[in-house]
Amino acid sequence: MAGRKVTFTENLRELGLFIFIIALGFAIQMRNPAFLRVSNIVSLLTNTSILGILAVGMMLVLLTRGIDLSIGSTIAFSGMVTALTVARYPGMPALLAVAQGAAIGVVIGMVIGVLVARFDVLPIIATLGMMNIVRGLTYVVSGGRWVSAYQMPDSFKALATGRTLGINNLIVVAIVVYLVATYFMNHTRTGRRIYAVGSNPDAAEVSGIPKRRLVFLVYTIMGGLAGLSGVLWVARFASAQGDTAVGYELQVIAACILGGVSILGGVGKISGLLLGTILFGILANALPLIDVSPFWQMGIQGVTVLVAVMTNAMVIRNTERSALRRRATM
Amino acid sequence: MSEAIANSDDTPGSILELRRITKIFPGVKALDDVHFDLRQGEIHGLMGENGAGKSTFIKIITGVHAPDTGEIVIDGRKVEFKSPIEAQRLGVAAIYQHVTCYPDLSVAENIFMGHEKVTGLTRRVDWKAMHGEAQKLLDRLDANFSSRERMGALSVARQQIVEIAKALSTNARIVIMDEPTAALTQHESNELYRITEQLCDAGVSVIFISHRLEDIRRLAQRVTVFRDGRHIGCWPVQEITQDKLVVAMVGREISTMFPKRRIDIGEEVLRVANLTRIGYFRDVSFTLRQGEILALTGLVGAGRTEVCETLYGIARWDSGSVLVEGREVTIEDPLHALRLGIGCLPEDRQRQGLVLPWEIGKNITLPSLRAFSRLYWMDEDRENQAAGELARKLNVKASSIFTRVLALSGGNQQKVVVAKILSRHLKIIILDEPTKGVDVGAKAAIYDIIGDLAEQGYGIILISSEMPEVLGLSDRIVVMKEGRVTAQLETANATQEQILKASMVVDATEAAAEVAAETTADGSGSGE
Amino acid sequence: MADARTPEIRIQAVRNWSWKTFFFQWEWLLVVVLLLVVAVNTYLSPFFLALSTFIHTPATFLDKAFIVFPMMMVIILGKIDISVGSTVALSAVMMAVAYNAGLPMPAAIVLCLLVGVLAGAFNGVLIARFKELSFVIVTISTMMIYRGIAYIILGDQASGRFPGWFSLFGWGTVMGVPFMLVAFVVCAVIFGLLLHKTSFGRAIYGMGHNAIACRYSGVNTDRILMTVFTLNGLMAAVTAIFLTSRMGSTRPNVALGYELEVIAMVVLGGVSTNGGIGRIGGPILAVFIVGFLGYGMGLANLQAPIVLVVIGLLLIVSVLALRVRFTIRRKKPVV
Repeated sequence: MAGRKVTFTENLRELGLFIFIIALGFAIQMRNPAFLRVSNIVSLLTNTSILGILAVGMMLVLLTRGIDLSIGSTIAFSGMVTALTVARYPGMPALLAVAQGAAIGVVIGMVIGVLVARFDVLPIIATLGMMNIVRGLTYVVSGGRWVSAYQMPDSFKALATGRTLGINNLIVVAIVVYLVATYFMNHTRTGRRIYAVGSNPDAAEVSGIPKRRLVFLVYTIMGGLAGLSGVLWVARFASAQGDTAVGYELQVIAACILGGVSILGGVGKISGLLLGTILFGILANALPLIDVSPFWQMGIQGVTVLVAVMTNAMVIRNTERSALRRRATM
Repeated sequence: MSEAIANSDDTPGSILELRRITKIFPGVKALDDVHFDLRQGEIHGLMGENGAGKSTFIKIITGVHAPDTGEIVIDGRKVEFKSPIEAQRLGVAAIYQHVTCYPDLSVAENIFMGHEKVTGLTRRVDWKAMHGEAQKLLDRLDANFSSRERMGALSVARQQIVEIAKALSTNARIVIMDEPTAALTQHESNELYRITEQLCDAGVSVIFISHRLEDIRRLAQRVTVFRDGRHIGCWPVQEITQDKLVVAMVGREISTMFPKRRIDIGEEVLRVANLTRIGYFRDVSFTLRQGEILALTGLVGAGRTEVCETLYGIARWDSGSVLVEGREVTIEDPLHALRLGIGCLPEDRQRQGLVLPWEIGKNITLPSLRAFSRLYWMDEDRENQAAGELARKLNVKASSIFTRVLALSGGNQQKVVVAKILSRHLKIIILDEPTKGVDVGAKAAIYDIIGDLAEQGYGIILISSEMPEVLGLSDRIVVMKEGRVTAQLETANATQEQILKASMVVDATEAAAEVAAETTADGSGSGE
Repeated sequence: MADARTPEIRIQAVRNWSWKTFFFQWEWLLVVVLLLVVAVNTYLSPFFLALSTFIHTPATFLDKAFIVFPMMMVIILGKIDISVGSTVALSAVMMAVAYNAGLPMPAAIVLCLLVGVLAGAFNGVLIARFKELSFVIVTISTMMIYRGIAYIILGDQASGRFPGWFSLFGWGTVMGVPFMLVAFVVCAVIFGLLLHKTSFGRAIYGMGHNAIACRYSGVNTDRILMTVFTLNGLMAAVTAIFLTSRMGSTRPNVALGYELEVIAMVVLGGVSTNGGIGRIGGPILAVFIVGFLGYGMGLANLQAPIVLVVIGLLLIVSVLALRVRFTIRRKKPVV
């Protein structure tokens, strides 16, 4: 009984987000009827799927009170190395390329994991440093050159353009990642313990939960997903550059925060995350449709994040105040 | 005290035994050749001043630390814990002083964190079994809240019940409670006593650590005292007097805890009228005069601290008025309060009172930086001189004012906080639980200081839960209950019973109302 | 208070000075590293070891160094501001656009400073008023917003054509010493005194360790927070002026990643990211270490990306080294 009440207030946020998305979609539809066409929605989802994949990893990191600013660089590095490999060995199976990219990401994630979990370096500092190092390495391995579409075999590019069961591969990957993540976070002990570590790290230590190992795991997963995304990114845009995905981490963090993940740890759900990612995808994709210059994009995204967190803070303050009043009149 | 050491090596029912445990941290011998034994189904009190080694002792039993020498014997078998989990497997569980919960997770998850229920084949979390089991445990403890409740939304007392349920869920046979009553009201403490006794009836053995003699008297069969990392003695509770226990803890007699002083009470310095802060307290009125010690008492959570925080500008009041020396004032923030002449010794010394890594001197002058600077420019010589004077005046035990506060004992830290208040020219001093977590020896010194302050003409508001303190120090007593003032008494003709009655139930109608309120509160918690 | 019960050691008000604590300071390590860098540079180019090199090369890397001082305060407070690079871009773009729209140059410079102050103050107000938001999220959003505004104003273009005298900020000299170096020294002195000799600085250190206790002690914590973040914005604008002056024009993507370099210098300078610890000398040394290191790598014909890698490594290694130092210290017996 009491349980229902609790879940209702906690789902209020997601409900609000859902209504906001509908309203936003409606408003955009009024301006440009092309918005709700199937083709546009598919392209919106395709464009958002990489963001969605990364947001899952970022949620895990944020749950443990961490942050990862290095993923833009990881995307670029894993994408660049993979592109160079397939350009050199065109016969390489595409799935092997994916595995290679993910493995590169995992290694980078493990380095960050060691710094944060073993040496207690602040996540923001460790990942800021890794962001530079990995970005620099990207330029170094590429020698400052691009890998362009004609250098990549078709089988590789098909990773992002091909379809499985009639659905674009990127969307399929994103769906799989979300399903696995939902199961992992809600139904496995490790998943629940990640919440516990973020909710109260000291308690986790005392009750024998392997806190450091979980923190390490979280950054490794984030790295792996970023590496995977790097390959998908390069396949989708059919080019690998030194400055691929610069600043993309900000958008991923923004999507998480819109989805109700708290940067203070312990709070965040996959369902909310999905809505946040979709909202962010609409913001990124619909603006050109209603004749907003792409130069507005960054500013609008920043303002959205700020407004979202401030609204959330205000709502919490208000609920607390009214709870007090209720207590007082009792 | 060596006469008491002859204890129960030969008792067959010994479930846990620690032999000749020594633990050395860099620079400190935390435990020195300590031994301890716990019998089946026994509640064993453990007492000692702060720094006596109790915390290290718990950590060794629970496997957080490994002892340097000595052995731990459980059920007659020698064991060595490599991690807290191993201790848990052998049935050791600890309920810590500061409740260690996961506020964002459900009660059921809090109970089973670390040993979650999983389904047989897929090893996935079995939510149904967990909630079912958790609810059963809660019901067994007569807790009337749901296992689906979010932990962060519960009161401290309820969180503690969850912690106990957690201990039960691990099938713990040895439960260590580390000052569980410190944050509880009397009513909640009684509830805890009941649950603890229930545990013992079920065959669990409990190590009950407390500063409160009352807890030990009520619950324990035997009591062990540590001092300076050494085992001082172990006695059956009935056979030892309160005085003897205190002596064992302190190592010397305290002759005059509350010296009688005659202080001339002067002009009124503070008048609080109908002060209300919605949700915390309502219609609080009292006055305070120079040289007077006004005790503000009542159960924890009665709104005492909140009233004082409001007077100190930490929070704003919603209605009512405050007059300082006859002038009506508003108090925006602590700086404002200090300028009006109101100082405060906050409840949580380490979090609110001190910059722990700083030196004594810098801490002392923190509230009065303005006074030691001209246009922001610090005059360090004058600052150090003043800090030194205050530290000497309050008898802070340290080699110099450049010693870090971190390295001081609780009592000396508290003296530094008092020195901070004295660094400004004030008229009114609020002392919120000044002896909380301070060892018995230092308590006497602090009482002395409080007396001196009153003598110097400060008006003092003393918040305290300890009855002897309230009765021994104050001139007048204001009792609060659930955010309201329920009694104002002259200390000279007040009795402990009067105060307790006022802080719990005022009269029969009130009692009936209370019961009604409680049932509706619980109803709204689980209903709608 | 005469307490006759216990014999008393009278508490002293004199600080014991010892050689050991004097030399057990992070700054000495930095001095050694700086000398090493100089030695390597001299090995790479024999002309390096000359007074004129030391006077003139700093102008190539000092632009961002102005943010190091307020960033140091921010980090001592236990916070981090990653929006400064964007603030530099925004104030530079505002200055350029205003000038090209007809505002006289001195007024455009004032506008630039004003924009920096406003940007910093906005961060400060948000962080002080919304305690439940973390500084990370606030400065991440404003990082996007400030640079976003710069893009909205200028799109993908560059703006410049400043009057000739404006280049003197970055290229001019005072009695043979670059104006930038002079300005840096002046700022270093001002900020050093602010941090170590004033009640404002004392409060910053206190808040870094325990902001709650400071509030209970009557420190106006909100005002200090806002002031420090405003200073950060102001110095970002100062950086914008020097940077624009040296480059001759500006665009919305200038100063990308400056926040990282600045934070790296501060941390290398021995300022703990946990707050409360760090002295002015460290970051100043760190500015020159990083600067000469970059210069030396230029001498060795290393590509710019390697510099990126090295700065990242430097940040991480110095955090690790600081940690080791603190653990060693903690092992000393208490009292």
